[in-house]
Amino acid sequence: MNRMFSSRLFWPVVMLLVLFTINLVAFPGFFSLEVKNGHLFGSLVDIARNGAPTLIIAVGMTLVIATRGIDLSVGAVCAIAGAVACSIILGSPEPGSIGTVAVAVIAALLIALVLGLWNGFLVAVLGIQPIIATLILMTAGRGAAMLITEGQILTVNSPPFKVIGSGFVLGIPVSVVIAAVIFAAAALLTRRTALGLLIESVGINPEASRQAGVRSRGLLITVYTFSAFAAAIAGLILTSNQTAADANNTGLFIELDAILAVVIGGTSLAGGRYSLLGTLVGALVIQTLVTTVYTVGIPPIATMVFKAAVVTAVCLLQSPTTNATFGRWRRSLGRGRPGTRTAERASVS
Amino acid sequence: MNAQAPVVEMTNISISFPGVKALDGVNFRMFPGEVHSLLGENGAGKSTLIKALTGVYAIDSGPADSGEILLAGNRVSFAGPAQAQNAGISTVYQEVNLLGNLSVAENIMLGREPRRFGGIDWRATRRRAVELLRGLHLDIDPGSLLGSHSLAVQQLVAIARAIDVNAKVLILDEPTSSLDADEVAELFRVIRELKAEGVAILFVSHFLDQVYEISDRLTVLRNGKLVGEYRTAEILRLDLVQKMIGKELAILDALERRIVEPGGGEDDEVPLLAATALGRKGSIAPVDLRVYTGEVVGLAGLLGSGRTELARILSGIDRPDSGELVIDGTPHRFRTPRSALARGVAYSSENRRAEGIVEDLTVRDNIVLALQADRGWFHPISRKRRDELAVSYIQALNIRPANPDAIVRNLSGGNQQKVLLARWLAVAPRLLILDEPTRGIDVGAKAEIQKLVVNLAENGMSVLFISAELEEVLRLSSRIAIMRDRRLVADIVNDDLTVDSLLAIIADGELTAVER
Ligand SMILES: Nc1ncnc2c1ncn2[C@@H]1O[C@H](COP(=O)(O)OP(=O)(O)OP(=O)(O)O)[C@@H](O)[C@H]1O
Ligand SMILES: [Mg+2]
Repeated sequence: MNRMFSSRLFWPVVMLLVLFTINLVAFPGFFSLEVKNGHLFGSLVDIARNGAPTLIIAVGMTLVIATRGIDLSVGAVCAIAGAVACSIILGSPEPGSIGTVAVAVIAALLIALVLGLWNGFLVAVLGIQPIIATLILMTAGRGAAMLITEGQILTVNSPPFKVIGSGFVLGIPVSVVIAAVIFAAAALLTRRTALGLLIESVGINPEASRQAGVRSRGLLITVYTFSAFAAAIAGLILTSNQTAADANNTGLFIELDAILAVVIGGTSLAGGRYSLLGTLVGALVIQTLVTTVYTVGIPPIATMVFKAAVVTAVCLLQSPTTNATFGRWRRSLGRGRPGTRTAERASVS
Repeated sequence: MNAQAPVVEMTNISISFPGVKALDGVNFRMFPGEVHSLLGENGAGKSTLIKALTGVYAIDSGPADSGEILLAGNRVSFAGPAQAQNAGISTVYQEVNLLGNLSVAENIMLGREPRRFGGIDWRATRRRAVELLRGLHLDIDPGSLLGSHSLAVQQLVAIARAIDVNAKVLILDEPTSSLDADEVAELFRVIRELKAEGVAILFVSHFLDQVYEISDRLTVLRNGKLVGEYRTAEILRLDLVQKMIGKELAILDALERRIVEPGGGEDDEVPLLAATALGRKGSIAPVDLRVYTGEVVGLAGLLGSGRTELARILSGIDRPDSGELVIDGTPHRFRTPRSALARGVAYSSENRRAEGIVEDLTVRDNIVLALQADRGWFHPISRKRRDELAVSYIQALNIRPANPDAIVRNLSGGNQQKVLLARWLAVAPRLLILDEPTRGIDVGAKAEIQKLVVNLAENGMSVLFISAELEEVLRLSSRIAIMRDRRLVADIVNDDLTVDSLLAIIADGELTAVER
């Protein structure tokens, strides 16, 4: 019981269950899944599919945040990736061929890698604060995307490209599969190697890590590059889903959703220990929230306020102060076992 | 003195953390105008008792934590250290909790700056800060950034801050752990003044000399339990140590002063490390230094003499701007700590909190960190090997709790220091630069660590040993390099040196380097 309460995943999971319940009450068919034409359909599938881009970006963001950084440029990178891919497809004589789409996707990803390297360079080599460093690309990036699309909304009609955002494999939406692959890859790559340990170490104490011989520059560059790469994949999914690249609106505000997902998942913005599983739950919470707004019939203009309220609630529940208070209540109710002092404590001023 | 009522009376204090009973029914009291020392091994519960008194840990919140605190006869229960401060309990915690990116003056006066016209009166703030620093005979620019000063100076600034408050009770948790004899003397002078004014002072230190010199009364804790309260004048040092560790400390006597041959006996021996005119502007004047294989070289000097600065240059943390460094006969430009480590030179920082441990990671991860960093992220050390390493160092250094999964932040100060040492021992460097390695470590463990250093040197590791504790330097080193005013002034073979003769050289610094 205590282990459950003190787990960082506890409150995000509770929040997700509460949102599910609200949806279930408003819409009894919420949990039902059906197979139509060999494809899986249902509200949960919609949540997973619509949440995939946010999750993909949030996975990259988790690693960036673990190093004490932040990447504000992911939305702009989404737009650039979409713009590059669409302009290549449109410029090709055969927009519907798999070859064209492959070239477009690879070009978009390569450009994202360059952008990620740029962010990493600013942060790791020039030592610019991450929020400023990535703000540069956040603002300049959309301008660049505009240049690529020449100010137009590029609508593409390419069946292979459409598959990325709206296709299915084995009945499961392709975007969900992509998100799962990225999530698993990030988890394996960081936890099966020492990457995770070194990232956390740099995030907790950069100077101690440097003295211990950790190559923090390389780590930071890797992490920002991965974040941009993930953002480009998300951008391709979004663009494919809309069958159009819109430099102004693709991935708009998605950095905020991604950061929220990370924070809800229990990774501290102060850097250090991170939880990809938490981020997964966080991304689901955010997407379910959006769905809830529709099922419950909250007017869309109130969406942002509603989102803010839920996020505030989760953050409050996770704060050490609230936890301590809760602990006190639980103990004064006499249910607490001896030795349940929470490990995190108010720090000495 | 004894007729007075205690100003602080703590009864039956118990505090638990998950899996650890840090305090178990402890009683403790303090009298006005008395210095009361709190003693015990690393992890005995000293800092926890202090935090229970100052409201960092609540004692009335549940069945596991209990007790009663009377301050001047009134029952108190502080919700946090700020409240304790307001009630007249001024505290310097073990880990200096100041802000490195603010100025010295701001740190001293933070939260109680003199005000004028609704704003902060900066001139008065500065003036007051200067007065307080002068009270400790600390001559530094109050406008300089705190983070730019050595740990010892930071410790003194923390003390100056605590003294400023009009306190009935002053708590000093290991205030002298990185101070030299001179600063300790200054601090004791101030303590005596406060004592004469009727302030009750709680003093924690692992230096028994200091404890005997300054305190009137002692309380000994062992494994979170009270062993007893004694008058300093009535307890022999031997008995005291025995009460602290629960058995007789045979090892201390066993560690006779090491009779060693200084390295470089044969003329053709190539030194492991040879620095020629190595210097850095504004940091240290050009230095010539040689360290031979299997040699322990002590580095001695006063506060601010440049010992740490030299160590940082040798280990690639700061870059030299003149001179050259030759390792094993090949010139080497240390660009980063990483490149130094690759050549087998490791540095264990004096500032374990800012530059040493990674607080939120486990003991295991902290121990393997440097080893893992060296192998690169793609070659993780197997789980089995990590466990073996962690368990063996936990045993060798007696780290408590003996749990590789414990988060280092939750360890007592001395145990954190042991974890840091373990990290450097695990990489098996050829030259280990130890900057105050026994800082905050208890008597028993200190002897163990000294023995370990000697053993390692016998097995071919060279050690550059920096310590404010001259006995320790004398006991371990075959040769002692002395620094003064940021230059190396002497390099002497340790054959018939005593603490006093060493002190004299440190103070005069006129002796020229001994020709070898
Ligand atoms: N926040 C915490 N969480 C878990 N355990 C803790 C925490 N703080 C202290 N402990 C444990 O409580 C015990 C007492 O620690 P404390 O810091 O009081 O020791 P100490 O006597 O001050 O030692 P030292 O001489 O090393 O400073 C130790 O076993 C420590 O691991
Ligand atoms: Mg302590």
